Amino acid sequence: MIHPIPPGTRDVLPDEMRELRRLQRALLDVFEDRGYGEVSTPAIEYDEVLARGDGRTAASAYRFFDEGGDLLALRSDMTVPIARLVASRAVRPQRGQMREFVQAGVELIGAPAPQGTAEVVEVLEAALDGAGLDRAVIGLGDADLFRQLLSEYGVEGEARDSIINRLATHDLVGLEAELSDVEGIGEEQVATCVALSQLRGGSEVLGEARRLGGAAVERATARLQETFEELERRDVAERVQIDLGLLRDLGYYSGAILEVYDPALGHVLGGGGRYDGLLKRFGVDLPAAGFALYLERVHVAQMEEESRRGRDGQ
Amino acid sequence: MSSGVAGLSGAKPDGPLKLAVPRGALFGETLDILDGAGIDTSEVRGDSRSLIFETEGMTLVTMRPSDVPTYVEAGAADVGITGKDVLLEQSDRMVYELLDLGFGRCRMVLAGRKGDERLGESQRRLGMMRIATKYPRIAERHFEATGRQIELIEVKGSVELAPLIGLGDGIVDLVATGRTLEENDLEVREEILECTARFVANRVAHKLRAAEVDELTAKLREAAAK
Repeated sequence: MIHPIPPGTRDVLPDEMRELRRLQRALLDVFEDRGYGEVSTPAIEYDEVLARGDGRTAASAYRFFDEGGDLLALRSDMTVPIARLVASRAVRPQRGQMREFVQAGVELIGAPAPQGTAEVVEVLEAALDGAGLDRAVIGLGDADLFRQLLSEYGVEGEARDSIINRLATHDLVGLEAELSDVEGIGEEQVATCVALSQLRGGSEVLGEARRLGGAAVERATARLQETFEELERRDVAERVQIDLGLLRDLGYYSGAILEVYDPALGHVLGGGGRYDGLLKRFGVDLPAAGFALYLERVHVAQMEEESRRGRDGQ
Repeated sequence: MSSGVAGLSGAKPDGPLKLAVPRGALFGETLDILDGAGIDTSEVRGDSRSLIFETEGMTLVTMRPSDVPTYVEAGAADVGITGKDVLLEQSDRMVYELLDLGFGRCRMVLAGRKGDERLGESQRRLGMMRIATKYPRIAERHFEATGRQIELIEVKGSVELAPLIGLGDGIVDLVATGRTLEENDLEVREEILECTARFVANRVAHKLRAAEVDELTAKLREAAAK
């Protein structure tokens, strides 16, 4: 007899679970080695608390009422619950928090850019090495670039959100059409936006971006350059791809944002970034950054990389 | 500031770039534009049975147009070509839309029987129109955006048959020349949108094979402008 389970969920059987646990332990060791401590927060929170972090995550897949009529929601990420925890439990800032879920990652609370960002990238690289993903690449972008650039062009509100959405989904055809329709935006600005969104590569793209001009571009490239130089000082810039077109869909990011790729897998392995304004919404003004890896995707990539190494006879 | 570029070359993606090529209505013009971009398609043209073709520096994989977003989203193909109608109908597939190739132009329309007022009458008297289509999401979005309710009837083939024998008041379908509508005594009532062929890329391939993807995009852009 077959009993159904809710959509989007699945069962995990022993062979896979054994490997997932092994991967989890490897990541945990990396995080522990670097001084991160593990925290656990409830799987359900008050909807209002999650919405305070990011209005859009308020649309959690599962929401329900408790016996007092209060609206509860299943958490959809760990960043907001940890921000809540830091603000309300008087956790000493400075060291980060480890989290372990179907996602695995760290949150580093209290360390500003660029050092804090660089430390998070450092931990991320160690985690990828720990998982055996030696070909993985970390994309580094700036969450404020297009918001500020569009403001500079005088595009605000709904029009701006709509254009940002085109950028986030990389719908370049729609982006061009929509930008051209905005009053006051000329051909040159359209070309600048499109060209910026396609700039990705080594540190040379920062120079290319600057040539496209504008105050917003100048500020974003300065932030990226600072971060990249800090990464070079720590000798972890090798696997970092600067990507001016990178955008994360969560509303709380500001400044540096990260995404993780492996050539063995067509899907993004994880991501993160700075969220310097998030804790303030809970009453404690602290800079923060973090990342999360989708454990199951890392597992798939790990399997692919292992079989590739087997084929190559390494 | 120097090590980034050299470091990235360590990413070493596997094998030549894989391009998903749509068979069907877009097939011929897709091969033409690939020729224009300097990609050898002679083998594909000469062999209708095989699905995978190795050309210099690129692998061409032929498939149904509606499968292109599936393959590209999963990264089984790095890049691909398909119609905007397919992309809109499968808008939940995360692929990067990089270029409007301009060919394969056709219109998504609402059509009804000539001289037949059932569309309007159902709307007025029943509060909703019954619409047969192969494009349920595009149809739903269009009527939602224009504030009208419909009863959606999804069919898989020959949608123009539906209103002729009483399945639905009208159809939403793709029209190139309008001949099929004409032959079935149907006429266009509303234009919904215009579709052309698009060049799409997988998210990860767009990052990790940036140079190859950008080069192919530039060549296709040039070929499309001819």
